[in-house]
Amino acid sequence: MERNRPVGGLIVAMLVVPALMGCGGGGSGEPTLTLFAASSLTEALGKYDDSFPGARVRSSFAGSGQLAAQLGQGAKADVFASADTGYLAELHRAGVVGRPVVFARNRLVVVTAEGATLKSLRDLARPATKVVIGDSGVPVGQYTRAVLGRLPAGEREAILANVRSEEAEASSVLAKVSGGAADAGFVYVTDVATVAGRVRAVPIPPRLQPDVAYAAAVVSGSGEPRLARRYLQGLLNGAGAADLGAAGFLPPR
Amino acid sequence: MRVRSGFGLLALAAATLAVGFLVLPVVAIFADVSPARLLDALGEEPAREALWLSLRTTLMAVAIVVAVGTPAAYLLALRRFRGRALVLTAIELPLVMPPAVAGIALLAALGPSGILGGAIEGAGLELVFQTAGVVVALIFVSAPFFLCQGIAAFAALDPRLLEAARTLGAGPFRTFATVAVPGARPGLTAGLALAWGRALGEFGATLLFAGSLEGVTQTAPLAIFSEFSRPGGLVSALALSGVLIIVAALILVSVKLLGADRAVENPGVFR
Repeated sequence: MERNRPVGGLIVAMLVVPALMGCGGGGSGEPTLTLFAASSLTEALGKYDDSFPGARVRSSFAGSGQLAAQLGQGAKADVFASADTGYLAELHRAGVVGRPVVFARNRLVVVTAEGATLKSLRDLARPATKVVIGDSGVPVGQYTRAVLGRLPAGEREAILANVRSEEAEASSVLAKVSGGAADAGFVYVTDVATVAGRVRAVPIPPRLQPDVAYAAAVVSGSGEPRLARRYLQGLLNGAGAADLGAAGFLPPR
Repeated sequence: MRVRSGFGLLALAAATLAVGFLVLPVVAIFADVSPARLLDALGEEPAREALWLSLRTTLMAVAIVVAVGTPAAYLLALRRFRGRALVLTAIELPLVMPPAVAGIALLAALGPSGILGGAIEGAGLELVFQTAGVVVALIFVSAPFFLCQGIAAFAALDPRLLEAARTLGAGPFRTFATVAVPGARPGLTAGLALAWGRALGEFGATLLFAGSLEGVTQTAPLAIFSEFSRPGGLVSALALSGVLIIVAALILVSVKLLGADRAVENPGVFR
């Protein structure tokens, strides 16, 4: 060993550099608001977050189920926006979040890979069609099953037999289709614009549409409850509502 | 090392911290899940199916890794050729690759629209959304563990031993099978244990490349993730986690015992 490597210096640098970087964000004096939101809200709320006045919004976009589980385990956040009302109702009963409000609605759509020859919902029942849906435990999966439940039994069974993967969130379903691994998948209408041109959308008739309601609430342990309420207010009738509308979400009614 | 010295105390504190930090989460899982609940988890059909799939796919992956990896490691350990350092770095790369990146890389290489996608389809094979795809993902992430350990083990063999075998008339295969492999066995079994453990815990590459479907591609880690994502699923996720930890521990211990036995049997060869 002729080379004497400065291992000690490296270790010190590895400890010190992240510590310094961690301090960088807090220097501005603006409070930080932590948002947990369904991954289907990534584009719309990302815009709202950037323009939200008076606070820096730090967002965790993931499957509603994972976020709900993390909150249930005591994860720190200020606002939780879910792709359904069930998780929030449950967290509200457990005292983890305040009263939930519905702030947007959405619809489901079938996306197909660019080259696929699928033109209608019925085509998904064709043998050897690779279909991807959400896991039965997460909102997009439950909505998908609601749609399938309104189809004739034979068609429903045939489509379910074609399911090749059950994903934990809508964005994963979309990725499987846009990446060319699957022929078709069920996602939210608003997801399609996020991969513009990579997939084709096949509408689902209104009579088959489930009631897709997005609800949000202030987390009980929030350190910034006033800011959190203002954030929620903006989702209902403010900049957030406008961004949601622009991204294709429907008003809460 | 005397514990009374200043450094001795420091090292003791570091060791206590390291062991405590690594053991605590494992203990916490069993503190949260009663033994009865663990047995219940084993009784649930989806959990059993996921565990069984995990065992099958990891066994297949590890068998392929050992069969192909042993002679490959032997060659890479003993041959000196141009670009050897580059090759060794390349096979280590999956070790430091985030699993999600591994999944995307596999899709780009072997997926329907990947580089070899057409050839695979032409051969009548299907990997994406298939159990075979899970095995491919497991091999990709676990093989480097076995290869690295294997190369180190073969490189540590006394070259005079291999030469002696050849001088005594053993052909290249006999030298490899009867001298090199027994001599390198402790290192090879350690590599096997690491590779198997890594395969058993594989999550990201499998999810992205093979998908997640009960009984087909949903291995135990994917089933745990699925349970974690559903309302009220935390308890069954914890229980299945506990079962997986026990299975992983059994594998680790039995492979270690296997390696230790051989080392004692062949004390002369093993240095």
